[in-house]
Amino acid sequence: MAKNIYEKIWDAHLVLDEPGKEAVLYIDRHYVHEVTSPQAFEGLRLAERKVRRPERTFATMDHNIPTTDRSQPIRDEMSRLQVETLKKNCDEFGVACFDMKDRRNGIVHVIGPELGLTQPGFTIVCGDSHTSTHGAFGALAFGIGTSEVEHVLATQTLLQKKSKTMEVRVNGVLPNGITAKDVILAIIGKIGTAGGTGYVIEYTGDVIRALSMEGRMTVCNMTIEGGARAGLISPDEKTFEYLKGREYLNGTPHEKLVEQWKQFASDPGCKYDVLVELDAKDIEPQVTWGTSPGMVSGVSTKTPVLREIDDANTRLSTEKALQYMGLDEGVPLTAVTINKMFLGSCTNGRMEDLRAAAKVVRGYKVNPKIDQAIVVPGSHHVKEQAEQEGLDKVFKDAGFEWREAGCSMCLAMNDDRLDPGDRCASTSNRNFEGRQGKGGRTHLVSPAMAVAAAIKGHFVDIRDWQYN
Amino acid sequence: MQPFIKLTGVVAPLEALNVDTDQIIPKQFLKRIGRTGFDDALFFDWRFNADGSLNPDFEFNAPRYKGASILLAKDNFGCGSSREHAPWALLDYGILCILAPSFADIFYNNCFNNGMLPIRLPEATIEALFKEVRATVGYQLTIDLPNNKIVKPDGSSIAFELDAFKKECLLNGWDTVGLTLRHEDKIAAFEKARAIA
Repeated sequence: MAKNIYEKIWDAHLVLDEPGKEAVLYIDRHYVHEVTSPQAFEGLRLAERKVRRPERTFATMDHNIPTTDRSQPIRDEMSRLQVETLKKNCDEFGVACFDMKDRRNGIVHVIGPELGLTQPGFTIVCGDSHTSTHGAFGALAFGIGTSEVEHVLATQTLLQKKSKTMEVRVNGVLPNGITAKDVILAIIGKIGTAGGTGYVIEYTGDVIRALSMEGRMTVCNMTIEGGARAGLISPDEKTFEYLKGREYLNGTPHEKLVEQWKQFASDPGCKYDVLVELDAKDIEPQVTWGTSPGMVSGVSTKTPVLREIDDANTRLSTEKALQYMGLDEGVPLTAVTINKMFLGSCTNGRMEDLRAAAKVVRGYKVNPKIDQAIVVPGSHHVKEQAEQEGLDKVFKDAGFEWREAGCSMCLAMNDDRLDPGDRCASTSNRNFEGRQGKGGRTHLVSPAMAVAAAIKGHFVDIRDWQYN
Repeated sequence: MQPFIKLTGVVAPLEALNVDTDQIIPKQFLKRIGRTGFDDALFFDWRFNADGSLNPDFEFNAPRYKGASILLAKDNFGCGSSREHAPWALLDYGILCILAPSFADIFYNNCFNNGMLPIRLPEATIEALFKEVRATVGYQLTIDLPNNKIVKPDGSSIAFELDAFKKECLLNGWDTVGLTLRHEDKIAAFEKARAIA
């Protein structure tokens, strides 16, 4: 029988499936970071347990680390303690840890693929909801809580109930100026922030096939914002080409790996529980206007008008969101002015994102009304590569700050944050109240849209941009 | 873990759709390395004013809901980040059971791993409960897990569904790591077959 990729990976990782219980699923790769792991390691210590497969577990520091000068210790005492605790735990339990000084360091969801740790057909978990990113490689990858982190450390397995499957098919050819970020925001706008709850998504269609691996990562990354824990894309030649020769894949001939990886792609004629279809020609550059990623619209549209909303709960949440965002009803999105910009994160902190943004920036300056515009690469490797290509100079010449790698202002656990009332064009993944700093207002956009807004001081339709 | 069998407690309403885990507990409290002591962090930006005083406009703060152990919430509760600090903060505050039309998947799972019971109920039932809770000061519900029912003050009850395995774990207060380690031989056999050494 024809199987989809989720069914194939599920079947290949079943350790035990007893009736009336949850299945025991083997985990190939476990990524760990400093925020969601200390209590899990402590749990192991208290129960006198060890890490079952330390060689399948990789840790990085990303959430708390400064993006400014790293020659000094972290100033915030609690952040420093958390980062030091991760190092200590990894040393004690024999887990590889890419600390701040390590050339492999970066955001966990950027470095996994970069190092070849993420592979097609794998089960991958991490105490981080954006683990879905790795689904771009045809891996079943999802975020877990700290108790589950402890479970995986101790057993290299996870208790799981099989999910339903949703095919999200994006047909056609993306018009100029429309990026992977716009595709996923449009998908979330269509299915809603809870539309994927209980499902694993497979993204299919010509648009997905045409995306680069980096673009596919952007799409899979925000799967959780549509409610689904995991979003996958069947592996193809692009996947194999991207992984060829990556650091942790040396030793096995590429052709042999490709043979294994190929088997996991969904079979022609396989079934899903639900199908959602979008057409590329209907997707505009997207801008979120509210406090949930589903509160999103094309850049040519306006903020909602309350009396046009029928459902009472939706009307109330829209009213609250507009109030928090300091926006009136029926305002054109291109009239919304910003004072800060953040380019980076596990959603949009890779080379393709920086290149697309630099292309927009060339020959322009950051608008004088902008208080801060920071560019934060997703990893050390991305930073180095960008500098080799001279992108850092393009950004700096235009008045953007060029930072060290990390999660940074996506969630503002380090010093990079919005002040109350700030309005930010951000390439990150969440526009929740206070996400980027208490009282801060976040508009999620693509990298090109973010830097264009920083240059003009307000949102613009990137399709009309005059490139230098 | 404490077994969850029967719970009678005050119900506090939370009037918001898509309550994300950033609202349940903001990032600054995620820097801690312990597992407890998060009660003051719960709904921090909503509960407290800038000067640290209680925000009287936040319904949850009303004296009538003090000591609540059951939270009445709306659609897609617990969406966003995987932070288990969210259920920890609710638990430290005293919330053991959450009623909502739907929950985000990761949050839902995290609750069970802390001996907490999230219950999905039809939207109309939730809306009716919102009205009843607000109409009666000191409104309490009894959650009867062995019988899958919620008993209202007038003695009538609402049935709810729950996965049999999750129910068994809650009733017994089982630690799932311990459960899985009982199958250590199966895991080892799987690794052997897959040549994982």
